[in-house]
Amino acid sequence: MKRVYGKPDAMTDVPFPYCPGCSHGTIHRLIAEVIDELEIADRAIGITSAGCSVRNWRQFDCDMVMALHGRGPAVATGLKRAQPETVIFTYQGDGDMAAIGTGEIVHAASRCERITVIYVNNGVFGATGGQQAPTTLIGQFSTSYPTGRDPRTSGYPLKMAEMLARVSPESYIARVSIHNVKNIIKAKKAIRQAFLVQIEDRGFGLAEVLAACPTNWRLEPVRCMQKIKSDVIPYYPLGEFSSQSLKAQ
Amino acid sequence: MSKAKGQIAINPARCKGCGLCIWVCPQKSIKTVDEADRRGIRIACCAENAPCTGCGFCYMVCPDTAIAVYKESTTEEPAD
Ligand code: SF4
Ligand code: SF4
Repeated sequence: MKRVYGKPDAMTDVPFPYCPGCSHGTIHRLIAEVIDELEIADRAIGITSAGCSVRNWRQFDCDMVMALHGRGPAVATGLKRAQPETVIFTYQGDGDMAAIGTGEIVHAASRCERITVIYVNNGVFGATGGQQAPTTLIGQFSTSYPTGRDPRTSGYPLKMAEMLARVSPESYIARVSIHNVKNIIKAKKAIRQAFLVQIEDRGFGLAEVLAACPTNWRLEPVRCMQKIKSDVIPYYPLGEFSSQSLKAQ
Repeated sequence: MSKAKGQIAINPARCKGCGLCIWVCPQKSIKTVDEADRRGIRIACCAENAPCTGCGFCYMVCPDTAIAVYKESTTEEPAD
């Protein structure tokens, strides 16, 4: 029998440190598969963010740098400009990129910096115990707002992909989801494009991936996948938001 | 034409028993083991007489990359 699917080479043998059913693992695997397919493991440098995924430097079999909370795009900019032949990607959660790191990501996008950002939107601060994030849906439970998000006090959930596409004329920016097999395949294509736009020096690449945090959503993993479809995607529509010329061919 | 034959291997060190593969398998080929391991987790395993087709859906949804999928090589194609 022939192995048709299995752990990609760009991923180490260290088991993931995440909770059962956590989407971080799925997204890590897609990134590792893309690194393998593009044959960039020897020149890729990943940047970890603060949050549950801070431990992912042990998961990827390529160079990794740890940035301060939210500062991934700034570190990525420095690395890429100093060594243009490298392929730089940041891995950032919504707490990291859409909260404390909003300044860094907006300016990196507006500079059309040749970097790739994998932005994981699970709607909560997972690592610190499920507090409300800028991306938490209206009415959604969180430990800091147990009665649900109220726009009168907390405003509206930030749509980062749409917002960044407005300020980044040379970019590939897409929102994808991993709630079923079809969408996982689409998510991988978007991650691949976000890398290619950097490698081909065409612009800034960002893939926003809608993800689940079963622990802080207080839901079983299967129910989380259903919730992404029923509750999350209606607010965060999937698709490509970059300027016309850079949409995936 | 009979369906392709597949087989899966689940890495017990990576599986956390989240149940996504059981949910996604179109052939109902995966179940959980009866006994919890020393982490307290009932990991996934192949169901008896599993009619796995090697579609790879379980590999796709597994958040822990715990599953490898094998397929019988289809060298002898059925004549027309
Ligand atoms: S707290 Fe949430 S985001 Fe963090 S590892 Fe657990 S499921 Fe994943
Ligand atoms: S490869 Fe497909 S048929 Fe086989 S166990 Fe996995 S999901 Fe089921």
